[in-house]
Amino acid sequence: MHLSLSKELGKRLPNSMKSSVLMMAVGASLLLSNPLCANDVASDVEFEASGNIAIEQRYFFDEALYPEQLSHSQTSLSVEPELYWQWNDGSDSVIFTPFYRLDSHDNNRTHGDIRELAYIHASDDWELRVGIRKEFWGVTEFQHLVDVINQTDGVEDFDGEDKLGQQMINLSVVNDWGIVDVFLLPGFRERTYAGSEGRLRGPLVVDENNVSYESSAGQKHLDLAVRWAHSVGDFDLGAYWFHGTNREAYLSPFAQSSEQLSLQQYYSQMDQLGVDVQATLGDWLWKFEGIHRSTTLEDFWATQAGFEYSFVGVFDSNLDLGLLMEHSWDSRGEVALGAQGSLMQNDLFVGARLAFNDMQSSELLMGLGSDLDHNAFSFMIEASRRFGDNFIASFDVRLLQSNDENDLLYTLSNDDHAQLSLAWYF
Amino acid sequence: MLTKKILVSAISALSLTLASNAVFALSAEEQKGLDISVEAKKRDLGWQDSTADMLMLLRNQQGQESIREIKMKSLEVDNDGDKSLTIFNKPRDVKGTAFLSFSHPVDADDQWLFLPALKRVKRISSRNKSGPFMGSEFAFEDLSSFEVEKYSYKYLGVEEVNGLTNFKVEQYPVDENSGYTRRIVWLDTLEYRIHKIDFYDRKDSLLKTLTFSDYKQYLAKHWRADSQEMINHQNGKSTELKWSNYNFKTGLSDSDFNRNSLKRAR
Repeated sequence: MHLSLSKELGKRLPNSMKSSVLMMAVGASLLLSNPLCANDVASDVEFEASGNIAIEQRYFFDEALYPEQLSHSQTSLSVEPELYWQWNDGSDSVIFTPFYRLDSHDNNRTHGDIRELAYIHASDDWELRVGIRKEFWGVTEFQHLVDVINQTDGVEDFDGEDKLGQQMINLSVVNDWGIVDVFLLPGFRERTYAGSEGRLRGPLVVDENNVSYESSAGQKHLDLAVRWAHSVGDFDLGAYWFHGTNREAYLSPFAQSSEQLSLQQYYSQMDQLGVDVQATLGDWLWKFEGIHRSTTLEDFWATQAGFEYSFVGVFDSNLDLGLLMEHSWDSRGEVALGAQGSLMQNDLFVGARLAFNDMQSSELLMGLGSDLDHNAFSFMIEASRRFGDNFIASFDVRLLQSNDENDLLYTLSNDDHAQLSLAWYF
Repeated sequence: MLTKKILVSAISALSLTLASNAVFALSAEEQKGLDISVEAKKRDLGWQDSTADMLMLLRNQQGQESIREIKMKSLEVDNDGDKSLTIFNKPRDVKGTAFLSFSHPVDADDQWLFLPALKRVKRISSRNKSGPFMGSEFAFEDLSSFEVEKYSYKYLGVEEVNGLTNFKVEQYPVDENSGYTRRIVWLDTLEYRIHKIDFYDRKDSLLKTLTFSDYKQYLAKHWRADSQEMINHQNGKSTELKWSNYNFKTGLSDSDFNRNSLKRAR
């Protein structure tokens, strides 16, 4: 569950790459939809294919705020097959996960990506992972502050949990005192942002062709990260240092012509220290994430902290109820719209998670986010259930309100919507 | 947890002796109940590690079926509970999800879940013992490894089950988070294999019955049932477990049961 109001965002893959990713995704899906079971490719190589195809329908309750935006209905289709080969009893493996989405209105949301294309070698106490991968760090639910390796695929969803594949060489070493991961990250991915027709964006469209970098190496800058993670009794601890291109762009208005304004993107270099801690104490999960980021433009601290409490078998039934509360803080404080800063400088989030524990894995999530410095809130419900053995249906509602014109939420206040999706897993 | 091997885990003979001696002032029935459980545990020690495939068939009152396909890897740990890695293959939407557990005889287990869509490893609370596992009639605690310290005991006598003479032992969970007031367990007097368990809910009414069939012996020592059927008397649903591809002493070690192996589990 995630309610982050990450700033919206956009950059498509070059067209050539886009169409080849589409072909790979569709081709692989077709190939796989027949013999879905695993079969041997060579004598000791095991091959496995799986994935999903999903259709999604969004309905925005209000008319669009800006003239080019789609009015109410947005439909899209996505495919994400996963091909996996392993040999040497699983010590060596290759994974390939292309992704493609076709959107009825937003050209930027029609996009493809290679989520994973990587080779992994696992030894007893070390692992080498080379290729395009996804790496997640963190413990909290409403904002993923410390998660920094992969760029956000901002057009995918409002919650910022979808990520673009990142090229990397990652060595992971297991010690008695924790796991140490070293990352070399050659090549930077620009964030994806909603296009002019897309909803869930501010008044100005982010220009995907107007991008500049602090580093003279631009997109080819070699980023570095080192992370330590360890479990000590009831505590799970993590700490890291990241040096490289800031995943968040500084956006500033730019006049393309006398009438047309858009946002240009500037990616600075940054050094970031991050810490994440979870204490698992009986029914309580206590969570903390903190970062210090230093760029040539600013230095700041930010934290996300809270808890999750579980009631098992409520109302004398099989239902589990989880209650969550988290607070976000950012040392930059409140900022004007368009200025650099965080949307979550002093925000409180509460949520409830209801798991029915039935054959269909029915689940209901609810979350409410509220800015404590001014009157703004966001509300979300996510419900999902399995149908048959291979279909998952989900229904989401998101409401965003603010009475402060300086708030990004204010610019999105006509974007309340409901979303129904049906995914087929194979 | 999730280890089906009710009679399996990793307690040294030393701690077994301690367990049986440390508790004093037991009645004759209590002592005999404990002795039988200690013996059952002892007879299965030394399996080191194992891998197996599990098929779960969930049935409701209308006869509708749903399948869960799961792979299990377990490691025997001296003087502590087992380590286990549970890898989900079906239903397809949870494929790639994996569950790592370090069980402890008395303390709370350490548990981590890997969610493949986000590539996220999540430490989870192990308090939820009584909840259903994957929507089945098996609770989490029904699938965790048997440790002598988890219960107190009472010997109820001898009864015939499946044509074999069985000890009938009543077990009272020590953990207050257990969903049961008691279990009645039938073990055959020949090999100390469990043939049947009756589960009584918190109101002490009969909730479920688990029956074991098709026992096979591995490495001329360790008995495993190929089939287990759990029937819920209160809601009419049932779940059948079918085990296959049992392998022991495959060379698994601690390094197969950490965060990294959880993330790449297949």
